[in-house]
Amino acid sequence: MQIEYPTTVSDAVDVLASWPDATLLSGGTDLMVEVNYRHRRLDQVVALRRIAELAEMDSAWIGAGVTHARLERSPWQGLAEAARTVGSPQIRSVGTIGGNLGTASPAGDTFPFLAAVDAAIVLRSASGVRTLPWDEFFTGPKQNARRPGELIAGVQLPEAVPARQAFAKVGRRSAMVIAIVSACVTRNEDGDVTVALGAVGPTVLRARQAEAMINAERRLTDTMLDEFQRLVADEVQPIDDIRASAAYRRHASGVLARRLLERVW
Amino acid sequence: MKLNINGHETVVEVRGDENLLWVLREELHLKGAKDACLQGECGSCTVLMDGEPVCSCLVLAADAEGAEIVTVEGIGTPDEPHPIQQSLVDHGAAQCGFCTPGIVVSAYHLLETHPSPSEADVREALAGNICRCTGYGAIIRAIGDV
Repeated sequence: MQIEYPTTVSDAVDVLASWPDATLLSGGTDLMVEVNYRHRRLDQVVALRRIAELAEMDSAWIGAGVTHARLERSPWQGLAEAARTVGSPQIRSVGTIGGNLGTASPAGDTFPFLAAVDAAIVLRSASGVRTLPWDEFFTGPKQNARRPGELIAGVQLPEAVPARQAFAKVGRRSAMVIAIVSACVTRNEDGDVTVALGAVGPTVLRARQAEAMINAERRLTDTMLDEFQRLVADEVQPIDDIRASAAYRRHASGVLARRLLERVW
Repeated sequence: MKLNINGHETVVEVRGDENLLWVLREELHLKGAKDACLQGECGSCTVLMDGEPVCSCLVLAADAEGAEIVTVEGIGTPDEPHPIQQSLVDHGAAQCGFCTPGIVVSAYHLLETHPSPSEADVREALAGNICRCTGYGAIIRAIGDV
């Protein structure tokens, strides 16, 4: 195994130019499980932990190296609440948003927030910068649009992030669980609502019909809530797996989104 | 490679993709951190890395170079147990004891960062440490009484 320890993004992309298929190591909380169980062998590794600029965060930027522990204390409620549900203190202290994006699990806990606020993922390589909207970055279960030689640099948030945000997740306990369903609902000052759901499709998704309905009505009656819940449940694309049935996930998606809508109203 | 373990610079040989837990146990014979799930679920291998609790099974040993590692052996000894360890003894908070080192490290980090934790803080801090014997009651009382 060969390993490089760049300390700047510029050095990291130079290493990746010569090792385009190198394994990128951030917190290691996903990667090392595969290594420990001999599902993956490490050949060339680029360790990213020492790159201070990847850990930068400001009002519209979250560097790929920002840990979930730091996101717990970030100003975005929908992201902070999501980060708090990731794993355990031991996982949150090293696991990063960039690693979460690199793994691209359909159940990635930070993704409903990123989709709900229309975040973009910034990729750097020796040949330049690519900025992909979230729905172009995620291409399938555990698949993303990062190309060989590219590094996930961070997340660009829009200038105006909706002020009201709420996140919730369904699982067997409040820690150490992979989401059965996760959801983030936002509402901006104009009253526009967005709804994003995780673990109920090949990638995180937006419930566009439910959004359109509630944004046209702009009222929150019991009838509206029933319709909103029904539309969300119709729009998700869940599967049966070891954690839950598709039918349960569909039902829970509607219920979760409805509760979050009431919370941000 | 060089590792800083419990305040001492130590030179170890790593072949490649060993995790930090393996190096601690097999190279350095520090057997406090336990080898169990190897996937970050159980917390029995918890150590501090640069002051933060981590599962040592999920740290690539080669990536720990330059970090300050504290294991349970650096927190207390049989002759001079840390107050957390003494409180666990006093409360009868260990049965098989397998999870105890990881719990000591997690509790140590909690008390370093929150000297007067609420019961909810203690439960949250231990969310990643699984104990299959005690039901946690005595452990939580022990840490609350340190």
